[in-house]
Amino acid sequence: MTTNHLLDATGVAKNYGAVAALRNASLSVLPGEVHALMGANGAGKSTLVKILTGAIQADAGRVLIRGEVRDVRSPAAARRAGLLPVYQEPALIPDLDVLSNLRLTGTPVEPFRAWVRELGIPNLDMRETARHIPLAVLRVLDLARALAVEPDVLLLDEMTAALPANLAEKVLEVVRRQGNSGRSVIFISHRFVEISALCDRATVLRDGATVGVVDIEPGIEEKIVEMMLGARIEKTSVAAARTASEAPVVKDSHPRLVVRNLQLGTKLHDVSFDLANGEVAGVVALEGQGQDELFAALAGSIRPAGGTIAVDGAPVKFSHPSDAIRAGIAYVPGDRTEALAMQRSVRENIALPFSAAPRKWGPIKARRERMVVSSAIGRLQIDTRAQGEVQRLSGGNQQKVTIARWIAADARTILCFDPTRGIDVGTKQEIYKLLRELAGLGKSVLFYTSELEEVQRVCDRVIVIFGGRVVDTFPVELANEPTLMRAAYGLPRGAREDVGILADVRPASDAEAAP
Amino acid sequence: MTSSATMPRPASFGRRLKRFMADRPLIPLIILLLILVVILQILRPGIVNERWIANTAKFAIPLAILAGCQTMTMLTGGIDLSVGTVATMSAFIMATQIVNQDPTVAFVLAMLPAVLIGLVNGIGVGVFRVHPLIMTLGTSLIGTGFLQVYQRTVIASGARIPDFLNWLGTGLTYGFPNALFLFVPVAVLIVFTLNRTGFGRLLYAVGDNERAARLSGVRYWQVITALYVISSLLAGITGLLYIGLIKAPSLSLAEPLVLPSVAAAVIGGTSIFGGRGGYTGTIIGALILTVLTTLLTILHMPEGGRRILFGFIVLFVTAAYLRIVDDR
Amino acid sequence: MTRFLRRQGWVAGLLALLIFLFVITKLIQPGYGSGDFGSLARAVLPYAFAVAAQTVVVIAGGIDLSVAAMMALTSVTAASMMNGASEEYAFFVVPFVLAMGLVLGALNGLLIVVTRVPDIVVTLATLFVLQGAALLVLDAPGGAAAEWLKATVIGTMPIPGLPDWADAWVPKALVLLVVCLFIVWIPLRRSRLGLSIYAIGSNELAAFRSGVPVARTRIVAYALSGLFGALGGLSLTISTGIGAPIPGPYLLASVAAVVLGGVALGGGKGGLLGPIIAVFVLRLVRTDLTLLAIDPNVTAIIEGAIMVAVVMFGAFITIRGRPAGATP
Repeated sequence: MTTNHLLDATGVAKNYGAVAALRNASLSVLPGEVHALMGANGAGKSTLVKILTGAIQADAGRVLIRGEVRDVRSPAAARRAGLLPVYQEPALIPDLDVLSNLRLTGTPVEPFRAWVRELGIPNLDMRETARHIPLAVLRVLDLARALAVEPDVLLLDEMTAALPANLAEKVLEVVRRQGNSGRSVIFISHRFVEISALCDRATVLRDGATVGVVDIEPGIEEKIVEMMLGARIEKTSVAAARTASEAPVVKDSHPRLVVRNLQLGTKLHDVSFDLANGEVAGVVALEGQGQDELFAALAGSIRPAGGTIAVDGAPVKFSHPSDAIRAGIAYVPGDRTEALAMQRSVRENIALPFSAAPRKWGPIKARRERMVVSSAIGRLQIDTRAQGEVQRLSGGNQQKVTIARWIAADARTILCFDPTRGIDVGTKQEIYKLLRELAGLGKSVLFYTSELEEVQRVCDRVIVIFGGRVVDTFPVELANEPTLMRAAYGLPRGAREDVGILADVRPASDAEAAP
Repeated sequence: MTSSATMPRPASFGRRLKRFMADRPLIPLIILLLILVVILQILRPGIVNERWIANTAKFAIPLAILAGCQTMTMLTGGIDLSVGTVATMSAFIMATQIVNQDPTVAFVLAMLPAVLIGLVNGIGVGVFRVHPLIMTLGTSLIGTGFLQVYQRTVIASGARIPDFLNWLGTGLTYGFPNALFLFVPVAVLIVFTLNRTGFGRLLYAVGDNERAARLSGVRYWQVITALYVISSLLAGITGLLYIGLIKAPSLSLAEPLVLPSVAAAVIGGTSIFGGRGGYTGTIIGALILTVLTTLLTILHMPEGGRRILFGFIVLFVTAAYLRIVDDR
Repeated sequence: MTRFLRRQGWVAGLLALLIFLFVITKLIQPGYGSGDFGSLARAVLPYAFAVAAQTVVVIAGGIDLSVAAMMALTSVTAASMMNGASEEYAFFVVPFVLAMGLVLGALNGLLIVVTRVPDIVVTLATLFVLQGAALLVLDAPGGAAAEWLKATVIGTMPIPGLPDWADAWVPKALVLLVVCLFIVWIPLRRSRLGLSIYAIGSNELAAFRSGVPVARTRIVAYALSGLFGALGGLSLTISTGIGAPIPGPYLLASVAAVVLGGVALGGGKGGLLGPIIAVFVLRLVRTDLTLLAIDPNVTAIIEGAIMVAVVMFGAFITIRGRPAGATP
């Protein structure tokens, strides 16, 4: 049965240390098929793609290409095996011209030219340096370069993401025809519209395992959403949202943080929202929808191109994180290695902001510092048995240290970017509880999470971002997982029965975004 | 040549050893120092006596202070190759200015170029983000140029080693070298700064994870500028001490100390990538190198061989350190 | 045309600057003629090879601190081998020394790839080692060079069809430089290997995804750097007639010329022509300062300051360019 599969991967697993990125993934692609690969954030899509294309090696599993076992050990080997990826970030060398890029990969020039014309770029200058070519065109060139060597399996990762409508249309057309010629395409996309228009079947990943393969047919998107969420739908509906003892949100005239029309390159378009005193506002978005840039701008790490930020009614401009910290805004990044000096002690890490300003460079008042730090440690119940070096703590305890730092520094606004990523369930619960407590003390929290079930446990309100825009804002009562998932995919709210398979994505409306 | 890459040892023992080395870097260093002394005593019976120890200390102290500059800059992931030139400049200016000037004025004049070079280094590294190695190499080249020009202007007036520096550099008090009067406070100050002050903490934090430091509100350029000025000042003071020891002002006085100062800090367990290390290890590293130099001299190892050895030490220790960190 | 300007504008501007400097030189010293140009070309020769060695590695996204030490080692090796040997023996010495540079350079690359220690640390260690090795070969300037080799850089090259006055402006040293560099560079530049060197410097991830063998390419880049370094060492021996174990200021000069020549310190950009013209510019500035009867030591200061300023400017451009490149 497997013999007629063009590509057949089974039982693929990959561990990073103790974390399993893939547990048991499988993917079978028939000749002439356009096959969608789907999954929520962190489901393992990108790991599977990297394994198939030889960028990393799997710990377990078997990959058959045209029925033969192939050990794909490098991107070059994947090319030889007839498997070509087009990644989200263009793989053209920025400082080489197009022709040199072709020579580097041994791509024949004439077929490339033909494909480029086919894809809607009639007059490409082959001597132009890739750096000076617009991103959208670059992605198309990347695709043309892959098509020119006539690969058996073409792997497209969010191919249409940065493309204007006319180019996207051409690309989709070519991809569809690729299927007709007996070759296959693996198509990774967050856009249901494209998947339903283009794909024959879809493989759905969840938590590093393949949970189902479905034929694409009208109405299938509900089923796919369910598969991506898995058993969690039942779980959340049972789980009590929050205990009633917690104080309700006080809406006052001066919200802690007022963001208006924030702009940043192609990443953020007109993002506006408020964050009230004592509120935990959730941010929900698929990967790469601009949430990273939003948090970085609020934390003072990057300067927005336009728009305003006001703290307690006073407009602010941040040119360095220390400016944001002075305004009482603390940023807890999702990647703990970004926030911690791993070789230093727990105490030093927590007390780090105390020494930041030059006037605090003198002798440390050890007793006072120990008091503040140990009260923060106690509050977060950090296991300090290995406190000599933060890198010896568990992931959960490390994350607690990053939060404890800002509790010790008494920050009034805390930006938490996916703080529970990759940590154990117990610690997650403690962090949820802590965030609620902080809100109870009048602090404000902006909380991005990639795990939708967390929203109901922690947040008062949810802001959904898609394609760099705020597409929807929910009070927490309405924010059940399926609703959020649909919104995160840019699907309209409330009209779930009527959504046809080819219905267009509703244009984002900023008017609705305001609370 | 690839000796650093493979260390065939039983896994469990190797792992334990690595953990031990990472936790208590001082103990193996002290053991190594003692072994070297024992070898020396075996090769030349009777050489290890009170006078030898005082002499070793005298020569180790300037190296140890310069290695302190390397320790502090390396903690932030940097390096300061201009210390040799700065020390030479201070020494030379002191020796020539003392002839016509009040000692205090001479001292201020001697320290001025140190501050300037440190400032330029700090701005280049902290603001313009030039690699510290290139930056400090460049300023040391310019400094040497200035020194040569300066030399011509004072050629007529001659040079003199101030009595105080003489006393400090070579004198003994109850069998202890007087240089300790300078070194002990300096060492205590460095150790205190690194462990008990906000500035010291920032050095470690910036070197360990610059991004994390930034997110905590630390402004990199402030820390780095202050650091390189301090490093230069220390180098200047070392120059004054060293001229008292060597007693012959020349334009390449402290230059031979630069590479050993880097090696001493690396041997002492300070990571050249930043964030890890301390000054006590460096002091022992400086002692080890001084004893090693004596040993190599007795063995008639030429200067070239010594440099090769230092090179391998730096590479080997850095690679071994990477292994220790990776295997966590 | 606009693209030509964008791509070659820097080099064209540099060329204009060079011509401008020639005009200045002629104004300062109306007698400046072909003979002086010949000695300029001879002075440039070792610098140009040092810069070529640095350029290849920088394009590949690295840096080579051992360039000057490599030149010193190959120079003394050649000088001591040819010392008292027959003229014909030099026919063996030249390929031997070149192969030595190639192998030692490859070893640099291998150490970087295998130990995963950053290039700047590895080449710092090899800087110590090569310097030490040079001192072992010759502990003081000495040795000799074959007469026919010396003849290759002295005098001019008669080119058939050119009038004598034009021939006079074609010094052999320049011809040697152009031939040596371009025999290696031109075929490489457009080959798959050459493109790979640019690719790993430009964007290592994209290069890896395009199927470039990143580790192997890096080793090749360092091997080429070693080869150019050996050419530089040979040219030192040839033009001075002896070998000197203490390297000149070629490291900083090479980095400065690379930056001035329009090669980004991050890698992936630029070519060989720009840095070579930059070397001429830097040397000619020195000539002009000398002609203006400025104290040679002051000249050294000015030169050093220019180089440091250039490196700072380059680093500044790199940090300015980074955010622009990060946000599409």
